[in-house]
Amino acid sequence: MANRTVHLPVAPLEPLGGTLRKDNWWAGPAATILVLSAFIVYATWRAFEGSAYQWGAYLSPFYSPLLDVGWARKTGLAFLTPAMLILPGPASFRFTCYYYRKAYYRAFAWDPPACGVGERAPHRYNGETKLFVFQNLHRYAMYVAVVFLVILWKDALVAVFGWSDGAHVGLGTLVMLTNVVLLSGYTLGCHSFRHLIGGSVNAYSSAALGALRFRLWKLVTVLNERHMQFAWASLFSVALTDLYIRMVASGILTDVRIL
Amino acid sequence: MDNGNAGTASKTAKLRVFRGDASGGKLEPYEVETYPGMVVLDAIHDIQAKQEPTMAVRWNCKAGRCGSCSAEINGKPRLMCMTRMSHYAEGEPITVTPMRAFPIIRDLVTDVSHNFEMAKKIPPFTPRPRDADGTWRMKQEDIDRIQEFRKCIECFLCQDVCHVIRDHRKDTFAGPRFLIQLATLDMHPLDTLDRRELVKDEFGIGYCNITRCCTEVCPEGIRITDNGIIPLKERVADQYFDPIRWIASKVSGEEKKPKAKLRVLPPDPRPTDVPAGGKDRR
Amino acid sequence: MSTSTEAKFERHEHDVLVIGAGGAGLRAAIEASAEGASVGVVCKSLLGKAHTVMAEGGVAAALGYVEPKDNWKVHFRDTMKGGRYLNQWRMAQLHAMEAPDRVKELEAWGALFDRTADGRILQRNFGGHKYPRLAHVGDRTGLEMIRTLQQHGIHSGMTVYMELTVTRLLVEPASSGRPARIRGAFGYWRESGRFVVFLAKSIVLATGGIGRAFRINSNSWECTGDGQALAYLAGAELMDMEFMQFHPTGMVWPPSVRGTLITEGVRGEGGTLRNKDGKRIMFDYIPELYANETANAEPEADQWLRESTSGVSSKARRTPDLLPRDIVARAIHSEVKAGRGSPHGGVFLDIHSRRSAEDIKRKLPAMYHQFKELGDVDITKEPMEVGPTAHYTMGGIRVDPDTQQSRVEGLFAAGECAAGMHGANRLGGNSLSDLLVFGRISGLHAAKYAKGREAPSLDVGEIEAAEREVLAPFERDEGPNPFLLHDDLKDKMHTYVGIIRSEDDLTRGLEHIARIGEATARVKVDGNRHYNAAFHQAFDMRNMLIVSEAMARAARARKESRGGHAREDFPEMDKGHFSKVNIVARWTASGMEIAEATLPDVPAEIKTVLEEG
Repeated sequence: MANRTVHLPVAPLEPLGGTLRKDNWWAGPAATILVLSAFIVYATWRAFEGSAYQWGAYLSPFYSPLLDVGWARKTGLAFLTPAMLILPGPASFRFTCYYYRKAYYRAFAWDPPACGVGERAPHRYNGETKLFVFQNLHRYAMYVAVVFLVILWKDALVAVFGWSDGAHVGLGTLVMLTNVVLLSGYTLGCHSFRHLIGGSVNAYSSAALGALRFRLWKLVTVLNERHMQFAWASLFSVALTDLYIRMVASGILTDVRIL
Repeated sequence: MDNGNAGTASKTAKLRVFRGDASGGKLEPYEVETYPGMVVLDAIHDIQAKQEPTMAVRWNCKAGRCGSCSAEINGKPRLMCMTRMSHYAEGEPITVTPMRAFPIIRDLVTDVSHNFEMAKKIPPFTPRPRDADGTWRMKQEDIDRIQEFRKCIECFLCQDVCHVIRDHRKDTFAGPRFLIQLATLDMHPLDTLDRRELVKDEFGIGYCNITRCCTEVCPEGIRITDNGIIPLKERVADQYFDPIRWIASKVSGEEKKPKAKLRVLPPDPRPTDVPAGGKDRR
Repeated sequence: MSTSTEAKFERHEHDVLVIGAGGAGLRAAIEASAEGASVGVVCKSLLGKAHTVMAEGGVAAALGYVEPKDNWKVHFRDTMKGGRYLNQWRMAQLHAMEAPDRVKELEAWGALFDRTADGRILQRNFGGHKYPRLAHVGDRTGLEMIRTLQQHGIHSGMTVYMELTVTRLLVEPASSGRPARIRGAFGYWRESGRFVVFLAKSIVLATGGIGRAFRINSNSWECTGDGQALAYLAGAELMDMEFMQFHPTGMVWPPSVRGTLITEGVRGEGGTLRNKDGKRIMFDYIPELYANETANAEPEADQWLRESTSGVSSKARRTPDLLPRDIVARAIHSEVKAGRGSPHGGVFLDIHSRRSAEDIKRKLPAMYHQFKELGDVDITKEPMEVGPTAHYTMGGIRVDPDTQQSRVEGLFAAGECAAGMHGANRLGGNSLSDLLVFGRISGLHAAKYAKGREAPSLDVGEIEAAEREVLAPFERDEGPNPFLLHDDLKDKMHTYVGIIRSEDDLTRGLEHIARIGEATARVKVDGNRHYNAAFHQAFDMRNMLIVSEAMARAARARKESRGGHAREDFPEMDKGHFSKVNIVARWTASGMEIAEATLPDVPAEIKTVLEEG
């Protein structure tokens, strides 16, 4: 291609972590590594455990929707649990999420470790043009996540109304409701969702349903501005909801009934 | 006004400022007397007037509007005129270095011509015809979003901090400043060109891994990544990565904008560094 | 040129060379390019950094979108009245008539002005404008304009020379009845110090103002009067130099930002000026000229503000807070002098009690940011402290109203560096429209002038003299520091040629200017020419001294007070002699000569327009 840029930078590359910054720039990536690793370890363990995911009308988000894996047992895939079948759905949503991408490219790939901080030794970098080009399909993961969100709302309602003795609110119900609220904040604040709902419109005043789409887009924008907070809060809430239900189901804790 | 009459007793601040050019340089220590409200650019001017008249620094408005005095202060890309000395711990030296992603000219001045050449490649705004009454009707809500991007003062701090430019030196990457300009054009209610192919191939939006350093350093607080680059990535995905959207657009026969072509213009003249006698650069 | 000179200097050739890349320069370059001329644009800093970015409030044009009663005649009347009828009527007329088209044209190039409810360009109130007239983008209108012109301009074929200083215009001297004629320019790249010779058939000067000659000013470093000085040295005349606009609202605290501009838009959105006792000051300073159209008590002023900021055409009279700038600046000066000022020597500008925090942040985001970051003041909760700051020069290069050509053939000027449009005082918002209207006219006529003309020939002696002048500061063994001389000049200009002047002060000021000028001629610069700040400063000094002298001399010659020129010893506006003349300064071998030029007659039909109001 003709007319490529001519003036190339001349300052020598900084070594990994080389910087004049004096603040704790490494704290963010370190926390990301810690929290994400802990979550992955916990989720993997729970997915393999295959038990203590249900108590009364409570169902762990790791196991919802609860699929029948009897067929797998018969064919000798005894290790298979319902969680393994469904977890790739939300996992793909989070993996391709525009916020998490920042978090893990920084923390795990050190591309870059932090702003104005040197990267690892010169290496090939293709961003999201080659291996990671699939990140462009985030919207499909979002469609899946929206389906899961509907199911989890159903679960939360079941946790209120799904009891044999009528409506019932326990601590577990509140935990599940909080979780699904945070998940809604996260899912509906998704950048792809924002694009779908109204971001792709150029002239709201003349487009079909423009006024409505503008209003929805504004609402989604409010969530989107807090996407990072929702991403972490909902990650914690999913794990804690599962942990709570596991403890109740395995008898370590007793669910407190409130109403 | 908490600093009403306080701080009139003079205090000194320590600075370490990069002095040098393409052949090399080092951090030189300086001390300046501080006064209320002093910013780093004031300190540099003070050094220039009283200690080092040849100190090179680029500045214009000293009010955060023109985006000339970009540098790195304690390793962070910032405008010198908007960085208060009181922002830093007393007694600790403040380190001021030129933007490291661009070739150095001298001291705190770098060669940012790369950006001006990039700007020329972008196919310019091409509006639809005016309405019958000679105006173009647009509602405030149609343009709120792109007015945010138009706040850009072209300080190029985002270009400086972007690791794709800073560390990987991709010459087919437009950089955050120009991706938001492309976003402005793509979202402009009046524009009639489709620049998405260029955004993907020539301006390399795929190189952006949305690590958001550009947004962190933007002195205008433009949410470059979330409001500009990501929506642009989504628009590119609509056209080039989403099979369902692609089929739908074929089937519905939706109106297509003509594809824009990369502009090819000669570079603007720059000073050659061959000395021309007299007391030119020695 | 001899072969040695040929080899020594980098050379560029253009039909039209535009010096200055602010609004006026870019608009001129765009027009000249559209005419098919080969155009070079020289800027002292990077492209798009010119002082136009600092313009905040808006661009005045009688579009009539907000107030349908508005039209060019009203705008023309407001402009002439604001300029105390010392404007060149023809320029004010062209300006008022063409401004709406120039603004609409910006929209075609991608500018995004704030919108009215029905989707057209929104207009706001400003000092001295009868109706809401300023098209704007929040408080960053200048940035929007320069970015629009820049982005359109780079695709229109012009060649841009960034960070290049012009030190001399090259002129073919007058001979046998033919006037002096432009043939090029001499300058150097700021980066390498390497010399450049431009051959140009015509030159447009668009270098802006001279605010850096004052201690408290709102200008960026570039505003050192280069165009005025270059034209003066080339034989053109300077006119109206005594009229310096002090913007009433500059920041006064902290010292680091003293003088930084606070947009008039704050008052346009409802802000009021108060003294330390909390009293609104402007009701005491309404001059006779504006008495009929200005509210004389708070309820009426508030009614007007309330209605006109919400898009209703108000029957009440305008608030005195929006009187023209010279009046407001002097009012603040008087309050401070009388001991009723704020702690740091200004008065209070209060918007927090008049608009909601959300409105302030939406309408005045840059102001909010500027005070928060630089002044530790939250303007949604506290008043601002403001005081006058040197802002704009009404005077400049004397040009022909229809073509913008100076008395040197082929030398044009536009924007702040040209004189005539604003008379004794400029209305806010009229500078951005001035840039567009006269930028275009100058570019058009510069291109027309160049068309069909042969490339000029250069004179080696002239170029070598220009080179010697630039190298001289390096040849000396010792001499004063140019930065300290600049400080000295700023101080003396502020003290002796400032907001209120007198015969004695001006005489003393001229003595100081002569003394500093003599010292500047002995300046020594260390090091080499590679991006050398002291070297650059030395040349800015030469230019500032020329304009400072012209300003002081013209101010001494005008024995009255009018607009941006206030004399303690002649406090009244003269209805006789001085209402009919402009003061002109020109170069002679024996020094600066001051003369009077009679204002052109106003034709009957224009008189009718003026009297209709």
